[in-house]
Amino acid sequence: MSGAAGGVASVGRVQLKLRKTLKGHLAKIYAMHWSADSRQMVSASQDGKLLVWDCFTGNKLVAVPLKSAWVMSVAFAPSGNLVASGGLDNICTVYNIKAASPKTLRELDAHTGYLSCCRFLSDSEIITASDKLKRPQTIMFTNHIGDCMSLALSPDMNTFISGACDSLAKLWDVRDGACKQTFSGHTSDINAIAFFPSGNAVITGSDDCSCKMYDLRSDQEVIGYQDTSLNAGVTSLALSSSGRLIFAGYDDFNCHIWDSLKGEKVGVLSGHDNRVSCTGVPDDGMGVCTGSWDSFLKLWN
Amino acid sequence: MSGSSNLVAMKKVVQQLRFEASINRVKVSQAAADLQQFCMQNALQDPLLTGVSSSTNPFRPQKVCSFL
Repeated sequence: MSGAAGGVASVGRVQLKLRKTLKGHLAKIYAMHWSADSRQMVSASQDGKLLVWDCFTGNKLVAVPLKSAWVMSVAFAPSGNLVASGGLDNICTVYNIKAASPKTLRELDAHTGYLSCCRFLSDSEIITASDKLKRPQTIMFTNHIGDCMSLALSPDMNTFISGACDSLAKLWDVRDGACKQTFSGHTSDINAIAFFPSGNAVITGSDDCSCKMYDLRSDQEVIGYQDTSLNAGVTSLALSSSGRLIFAGYDDFNCHIWDSLKGEKVGVLSGHDNRVSCTGVPDDGMGVCTGSWDSFLKLWN
Repeated sequence: MSGSSNLVAMKKVVQQLRFEASINRVKVSQAAADLQQFCMQNALQDPLLTGVSSSTNPFRPQKVCSFL
């Protein structure tokens, strides 16, 4: 891929400025997810709260107290009416945040392991990843050998991809639950996974300190993103709206920016005082949000 | 007993592997070219690549209003 991209103009040094620091959580932030309106965002912290933020003003809109503080994942429903969270309690709880005070709608507790990730398909369907992947209505996706740590929905919502501690990434069909493709190459747990915006490739980030891009149609790895000076595991990743930039959060407290086509590091977002645990780019691509164990969320563009 | 359930499990694994091996694949050169083309086509609409001007930046620090 980097050979093929030889003729492409370089993006140069990408320098994004810190625009806002969102303060409010009292403990490590473990997860964040943008709303489809690219303005609201929900974050989850082990202080036992979900906070819904208006990122244009920096104000907190809703605070959802959690029954269990050991939260690992949070998701915003496409409608913006619901958020879901889960973690070491093995339960995925869905909340209605449009009610006068946040109401628990459902508790999905048929998981045998901790909930590492969840994503809404719609207001009535959610995919959850625990030691087994599940779609609570009918289908259980059981193919990973190790804990599934992350999942991402394809732009067309027909498939999703999962990354697990067995260092494999798997592509699943949402409707029939079949595992379509398996990608190997990483040598340690895959912690983060995201779809390339065209839906034809996926990017993975792993404890082996590298990220990789796998192309779905040719069924193989096309480029790797690693640097000998980077000795920290990748915790999270997000792509810019054209797919050219990869924002990868690392254990070294920084979020490094990679050129997805050339495989080069083109920038860094520094400012956090602890591990960057989650990153996200909203649907309109206007910025990137990083969340950290230092309890702050930062917005950059 | 456990021998036969192991066999069943292994057969499933082989079946899955055979299924995955049989999919139609596109050449990497073609796939790479397509990914590249997608990036180039969308590069101008990507605010993080082109930069965001302060007048249109939704995240800019709010200007303080004061009563005159």
